[in-house]
Amino acid sequence: MNDVRDAQFVAKASDGSTIRRPLSPHAGIYRWPVTMAASIMNRVTGVALSVGLLLLVWWLVAAASGPAPFALVQEFLHTPLGLLMLVGWTVALFYHLFAGLRHLAWDMGLGFAKPSLNLITWLVFAATAGATVLVWGFAYARLGG
Amino acid sequence: MNDGGKIMRSQLGRARGLGSAKSGIEHWWTERVSAAALVPLSLWFVFSVLSMLGTDQPVVAAWAARPFNAALLLALILMGFYHAALGLQVVLEDYIEGAALRTASILGVKGACLLLGLMAALAVVKLFLAAH
Repeated sequence: MNDVRDAQFVAKASDGSTIRRPLSPHAGIYRWPVTMAASIMNRVTGVALSVGLLLLVWWLVAAASGPAPFALVQEFLHTPLGLLMLVGWTVALFYHLFAGLRHLAWDMGLGFAKPSLNLITWLVFAATAGATVLVWGFAYARLGG
Repeated sequence: MNDGGKIMRSQLGRARGLGSAKSGIEHWWTERVSAAALVPLSLWFVFSVLSMLGTDQPVVAAWAARPFNAALLLALILMGFYHAALGLQVVLEDYIEGAALRTASILGVKGACLLLGLMAALAVVKLFLAAH
């Protein structure tokens, strides 16, 4: 025992042996409520969108600088990495938007009961997938891949 | 300070100027206001970009130079970077250990948001002025 706080973990098992109490909740076997995953995702997508703002700045500055710098942005956005960033940006934007609407509803005291809480959270994931597929389906149809 | 005994703060907390209500309410409220503004602004932006798919710089420049679009772009930049600064501040407050490093990182992020936002806004202003 190196720390006095460890004293709180000393216990007897049913066979009388001295054991160290486990930490609770057990992160490994804890069943994740969907709301917990949604909360973490909201933060992750928020940070991703902040980084994604760099893309907006680059796009606007390039558009204001002339055809050649703008063509460079277009070229980058058509590389696999550029496309991945754009798709990621779309997913993050729609997720953060729908999850944000959920938060605004909560701030008004709506949708706090447990069944509606879980339903709304699943709807946020579904709406994100739907909106992303819609946008990229449109882009694919427009540009022909 | 006579608050009629309505504010639940200890005398020590009051003397040290500690407590939950410094600028927390304003941070919380402005985060919500900018979030609400970003709902229509970001949807408008996505629709606009989709309508310009596969076009080159002259089309995008002409689009950004229209007064309505330029105004909405400036609003998107202002609200976007403002919301990002507020959100990133909370993340840094949660995860950075040590007051000095925490304060420095928050100031750094806010400075970066300010400068990048100004750069984007100047680009929109330049496109607007070039066409008018």
